[in-house]
Amino acid sequence: MSLQQDVDLLRNIPLFAKIEPSKLKLLAFTAQRLSFGEGDIICEQGDEGDSAYIIIDGEADVIVATDNGPVTVATLRKNDFLGETAILCDVPRTATVQARSDLETLMISKDLFFQLVSQFPSMSIEIMRELARRVERTTAQLREAVSHGGHTVTRR
Amino acid sequence: MDRTIYGFVFRFSKREQVFILLFTVLSLPFYYVSLDIPKLIVNNVLNEATVEYSSGSVSAGVDVAPRTFVLMGYELFDLHRLWLLALYSGLFLLLVLINGGFKYFINVYKGRLGERMLRRLRYQLYSRILRFPLPHFRRVSAGELIPMITQEVEPLGGFIGDALALPMYQGGLLITALIFIFMQDFWMGLASISLYPVQGWIIPKLQKRVNLLGKARVREVRKLSERIAETVHSAEEMHANGMARWELAEFTQRMGRIFEIRFDIYNKKFFIKFLNSILAQMTPFFFYAIGGYFVITGDLSLGGLVAVLAAYKDLPPPWKELLNHYQIQADAAIKYDQVVAQFATPGMREENIVFGDAEAPRLEGKLAAVNLKYEEDGDLLIENLSAEIPLDSHVAVVGDATSGKGHLALLLARLLDTSGGTLRYGQAEAGQLTEAATGKSIGYVGASSHLFSARLLDNLLYGIRQKPQAAREDEGEDRRRSLARYIDEASKTGNSLDDPEADWVDLEGLGIATREALIEAVRHALIVADMENDVYLLGLRGTLDPEARPAAAHRLLEARHMLQTRLTEKAYSGLVESFDRSAYNLNATVGENLLFGTPVGDAFDLDQLPQNAYVMEILGKAGLVEDLLSIGHEVAQTMVELFAGLPPDHEYFAQFSFISLDDLPDYQAILRKVERDGLDKLEAEDRMKLLALPFKLSPARHRLGLIDEAFQARILEARKAFAENLPENLRDAVEFFDVDRYNAASSLQDNILFGKLVYGRAQAQSKVGELMSDVIETLNLRSVVVEVGLDFEVGIGGARLSPAQRQKASIARAVLKKPAILILSEATASLDGSSQSTILRNVREEFAGRALIWVMHRPSQARGFDRVLVMSGGRLAERGTYDELVDKGSLLSELIAAE
Repeated sequence: MSLQQDVDLLRNIPLFAKIEPSKLKLLAFTAQRLSFGEGDIICEQGDEGDSAYIIIDGEADVIVATDNGPVTVATLRKNDFLGETAILCDVPRTATVQARSDLETLMISKDLFFQLVSQFPSMSIEIMRELARRVERTTAQLREAVSHGGHTVTRR
Repeated sequence: MDRTIYGFVFRFSKREQVFILLFTVLSLPFYYVSLDIPKLIVNNVLNEATVEYSSGSVSAGVDVAPRTFVLMGYELFDLHRLWLLALYSGLFLLLVLINGGFKYFINVYKGRLGERMLRRLRYQLYSRILRFPLPHFRRVSAGELIPMITQEVEPLGGFIGDALALPMYQGGLLITALIFIFMQDFWMGLASISLYPVQGWIIPKLQKRVNLLGKARVREVRKLSERIAETVHSAEEMHANGMARWELAEFTQRMGRIFEIRFDIYNKKFFIKFLNSILAQMTPFFFYAIGGYFVITGDLSLGGLVAVLAAYKDLPPPWKELLNHYQIQADAAIKYDQVVAQFATPGMREENIVFGDAEAPRLEGKLAAVNLKYEEDGDLLIENLSAEIPLDSHVAVVGDATSGKGHLALLLARLLDTSGGTLRYGQAEAGQLTEAATGKSIGYVGASSHLFSARLLDNLLYGIRQKPQAAREDEGEDRRRSLARYIDEASKTGNSLDDPEADWVDLEGLGIATREALIEAVRHALIVADMENDVYLLGLRGTLDPEARPAAAHRLLEARHMLQTRLTEKAYSGLVESFDRSAYNLNATVGENLLFGTPVGDAFDLDQLPQNAYVMEILGKAGLVEDLLSIGHEVAQTMVELFAGLPPDHEYFAQFSFISLDDLPDYQAILRKVERDGLDKLEAEDRMKLLALPFKLSPARHRLGLIDEAFQARILEARKAFAENLPENLRDAVEFFDVDRYNAASSLQDNILFGKLVYGRAQAQSKVGELMSDVIETLNLRSVVVEVGLDFEVGIGGARLSPAQRQKASIARAVLKKPAILILSEATASLDGSSQSTILRNVREEFAGRALIWVMHRPSQARGFDRVLVMSGGRLAERGTYDELVDKGSLLSELIAAE
């Protein structure tokens, strides 16, 4: 669990792939390793968000509250990024994330995140790509849902 | 108080002044004789007789024939000439000693008298502050009062000792010397006083103008200190509005005014001095001219002239002293006038009301106000108000800000005196009750309350300390004797005879017998005021002396053990890394691991460990210094690599870096040196800098991978050596972690936790916090923790508590003293909504069967009270129950609608 391991880990995440090594080290040093037990809540829908997480190990469910009760819309795995929407757009958390197993994360604060984005255009492009992928995925899900007669699809 | 300083002096020190006078008069004959002796020596021993005899006895050349011993004009006996000289000289020496002795005794006596009178004056002034009517405190500031009682009256003490004695003594000396001169020769005497009338006429005229300036100066300086006090109080506003520049300009203006006045004073003062010394120098001119003429004509003996000159040498000092005294007395009289005028406030309460200790009668029946009136500065604030409040009912008073509801509360609490009408509590007339009685039976809490700089507990007990209860139990013989001395001295100056060290807390009045019961009563009052949890949290952060309270320490250890057991439950596993003497704590720093204890004092301050010689000795013996140095080197390298590129004001320096921004260039330089010459060539200072770094390193937090298991094992050995070889003089500088011992230097929560929260575990803090309070609840330790919280020092004006906590504390203070009537005047206005309703509910429950008068800041809260009084424009507009009043488009419903 050393700093160098974290640096290597971050380098494997597409988002950070093009950041120079010393900055990556600073990121790893200032980011906090945070571990959650199975069932722990990482962030709650509607809460104020001031940090994003990178999953290092384990899985977590993304749960959205609907009129028909909570619905799991996605499962996040190793190297996935979560919580960035709230800090990018200054909106409350859009979903609840709950640890599905014991979970290791790297927590990145809002300030650090913005600093990185403004310093490394490549990172912004990666984020755009990721967001576009999500929009595309959501649209597909919506299409599917509509053709199935309005039932919400859960991906479990 | 006496109108003039002489009135004050005569009233309180007649006897002493007469005594001083007597002694002074007694000393004068001795002084007179001592003046006479030089003449006697010259005339009787050394004089021209030698001329007569020398021609007769050629051989000897020395005339030793017997001469007559003359004293005070009496010829007593004959004596050998040399013996006569010896006798006169010896007599002279004796008189010098006697005169010195008189002076010494009189000075000490005067000094003591002055100090006593000063003490009395200060006491009288201060006791007047205690009697000021409350509205007066809006007109007079602390900044004005403080210098008056402290420095302005200070010189008065010195003056009072001298008030009579100095003019008498110096006047006596002067007159004695003058009489002596006149006795020698009338014309010489006349010459020596010839200029006195001139001085006596012109000096007072000048002095009067200096006095007027002195008055102005005192006023200006008082305003200056008031201004400074205002700056201190308004620091927030001053900064918020960026007014520093204006404040400086304003201050400069005041200083300029004071400068002008002072400079004017100097001009005049030194002119007076100049005049005095010129006039004094004129007199010798007459002596030499007139005296010389008389000696030549034979009207005056040479010895006579010598003696006159010797006596004249003694004239200027007393004369100067007298003139000086005249200036001082003029100054003192002004100061006294000005100070006393400030303390003569109309509407002051009677002494027996404020200081009397008549017991409170039982307040039963009704609180009855008939045609109550209250006037301030000509404004009628309460007008013909009549109301009856049964002393077992709860009354809500509502109204807008100008309705007079606040003044009504102050009148009912008897903090203000009525301007007309009557106010009775049961059988007792309000005006007749002493403050000790109302302080005991009436509770009052306003919108903002003051706490004293003391422990929280002392603040809560402030309401039940009206008079000393019993002498302290641990009275020793020494203490009793010094107390007797203290009381005796206090009684000589009309000061308070109460012993402030005695136990003043009236537990009996509350029916409390033991300390445990007291703590329970305090806790109960805190619960009513919704503050118990605040104090509990303060207690968790507080410390406890296990020697003073072994039982509590023992129970806290029990809590530690229970927490350790519970931490093994699955829900809490991995949240805390407990202290273990034989294991390296990954969540603690290297320094903490080495010390394995809490530092007491500065010797082992965790930030300064490498500076400690013993620490370095232990590390050297363990062979760890080189390792630490190379780890320090690596830390420095990493830090420089990580942080060098950041902008200097970046928050990460404060948050994460081991190296502050200022030190970064130093470390960069050190790294370059290491690269060039190697680690072992480093100078001592640079080595120290690198050595300091690893002490702050914690593997779990910093993840630098520099602290491997081998290193950990060696730190453990060093830890053992550190504890075993600790020298005697450092024993008290560290309190080691010991699972079976209460750690006096750590907080309660650290004692119970006995470990470190594991870094990077989500919600570890809140989960462990819950577990801890669960354990404390299970073991019934809450009151122990609260008791520690009560020892919290609240700081000046309670500044270490939040405003809400201060307000709650003063509500608890009023609840604790169990008053027959509790008056709350918008006391919860500054609290949040949930606290407000909790306190409302609790206080009403607590005061069931007692009188509760609550001035509401939100009229809707009046619901549920037995009666509602609606105030408007100083009058009672509506009265009745809430339901009666609220429906019919009343003032109350308007007030509620406007809420």
